[in-house]
Amino acid sequence: MVEDMNKVMNSGVSSSASPSKVIGVSVYSDNVQSAEGNTPALEMIMESQDLKVHYGSYLAVRDVNLQVHKNEITALIGPSGCGKSTILRCFNRMNDLIPTAKVSGSVIYRGIDLYGPDANAGEVRRRIGMVFQKPNPFPKSIFDNVAFGPRVNGKPSKQETEELVERSLKRAALWDEVKDRLKQSAFSLSGGQQQRLCIARALAVDPDVLLMDEPCSALDPIATGRIEDLMHEIKGEYPIVIVTHNMQQAARVSNRTAFFNTEVDADATRPTGVLVEYDSTQKIFSAPSDPRTEQYISGRMG
Amino acid sequence: MNSTLPEKHILQPSGLKLRQQRTEVVIKVLLAVIAASCVLITTGVVVALVRPTIDFFGEVGITEFLFTTDWFPLYEPPDFGVWPLVVGTFTVMLIAVIIAVPGGLFVAFFLSEYASPRTKRYLKPFLEILAGVPTVVFGFFALNFIAPNVARKIWVFSDVGFYSALAAGITVGLMILPMMTTLAEDAMAAVPRSLIDGAYALGATKRETCTGVIFPAGLSGIIAAGVIAMSRAIGETTIVLLAAGSTANFTFNAGEPMQTMSSFIGFAGLGDQPTDSTGYRTIFAVGSMLFIITFGLNMLSQRIVTRFREVYE
Repeated sequence: MVEDMNKVMNSGVSSSASPSKVIGVSVYSDNVQSAEGNTPALEMIMESQDLKVHYGSYLAVRDVNLQVHKNEITALIGPSGCGKSTILRCFNRMNDLIPTAKVSGSVIYRGIDLYGPDANAGEVRRRIGMVFQKPNPFPKSIFDNVAFGPRVNGKPSKQETEELVERSLKRAALWDEVKDRLKQSAFSLSGGQQQRLCIARALAVDPDVLLMDEPCSALDPIATGRIEDLMHEIKGEYPIVIVTHNMQQAARVSNRTAFFNTEVDADATRPTGVLVEYDSTQKIFSAPSDPRTEQYISGRMG
Repeated sequence: MNSTLPEKHILQPSGLKLRQQRTEVVIKVLLAVIAASCVLITTGVVVALVRPTIDFFGEVGITEFLFTTDWFPLYEPPDFGVWPLVVGTFTVMLIAVIIAVPGGLFVAFFLSEYASPRTKRYLKPFLEILAGVPTVVFGFFALNFIAPNVARKIWVFSDVGFYSALAAGITVGLMILPMMTTLAEDAMAAVPRSLIDGAYALGATKRETCTGVIFPAGLSGIIAAGVIAMSRAIGETTIVLLAAGSTANFTFNAGEPMQTMSSFIGFAGLGDQPTDSTGYRTIFAVGSMLFIITFGLNMLSQRIVTRFREVYE
């Protein structure tokens, strides 16, 4: 309990800490262990190779090579417009839904190219779940929100559905708060509860990886703290890739961090996102090898 | 600026600013008068309907009007049982709604989730053209095409003649289809993109997203669209006048000619009814009834919209 409170305090207060203090200060000790200690045993789940995304003729982000490992949280950070959300949406083919978006390069998931002939977009999205920036529960009951995914991915029996809903809500640390009102509208929940409901909904289809697109940007510090705790609890089962505009959050939760920045290419008029540096969070926040990362981390840019 | 002005004028507008503020007042009055005229016109319509209707019921018993089933108001001796018109109206409306509501929904689903921007660009103008076809053209289309080629072929219960409620209903359905499509599409466009993305992110297909998220989330707007389509179908005059004949048959067989409330008004209004006759007042009595029905439907649609409205924040 005390430790919980500390985490909550930490998430709330650290945003006002001076930029120079941020470096290395709020990195969790257990992150350091899993990133540094277990390095040889890491199993790679996903890897992007020379990933590029165009919107129409505009090159939004280019040359992204990064890996997602088992038991880890990978954070994507960088200034607005650097393409971090765009890259995240490549990892479960959500960019297919934007008519002008064109993805080139490849994303290899367990040896299969997500954009190759062996991948079906629906199945890709079931195995690689996503939580969005703003909580987006469906206008349905709490129960039906969680049951939606299992129902569209097979026809579970009533009993199976009930078990699955309970398990998912427990996993998302929401069960105790909603078990007596599963039939109520999801809109009756607070913002933080709605976001945990969306996490439960994503977990209900038993994904392999969880993508989170600034999942706490619409939440208050206490709700943020609970989501971050939850991420730590589930990362062993579900590796997480999180986009965040909050550097402290990246430092607090992630094992590895990818720093993106914008560059205006010689033949372009609008800035294009590039992956500047990808390394253990510890290293990115204490001894980044690229001067641009150092500048961003210490608050002199972006 | 001007030293002769007393101090208290410094917070008052002057020059160009003063003229602009005076214009503001004129504009406000002008807009208020125009807005008030809506109230006036509505009141005027109601009054114009009510006076002859009251006179009508002074001459014809309300029980005969509501509880008998022969409608020959312009014959001698006249019969004033309104039921044939009511049945005719609802038959035509029902056929039109059966065509336009699902049809409009499917087109709206197609446009909002399935069609590429390119397809959409080509399809939309056709819908707009369809929406702009004059109803009298639709009426002749009903007589020359729908009646012989469609109504006669699909109606297995009886023979279908030159005039039929069926042909009129089908054509009214086609006429309101673009409106239904546009309103349903608007209702679907109001569903936040984040909800739709949420469904796709769980591995849902387009159909599952349409039926599982877009339809329930847009339900209030879709129901409102359906009710508005219904009102349009009830009020449609020209197509029915041309295609359904002018005999007020008391029948439930849509293959036969029928008269609706609006087509009776159109028909009798063209005839030479002396202004001070019972036949003339009949038009107003039927008009009042039509007004009450469409008014009731509009109220209903507003109730439904508030009841099913989803607040997404």
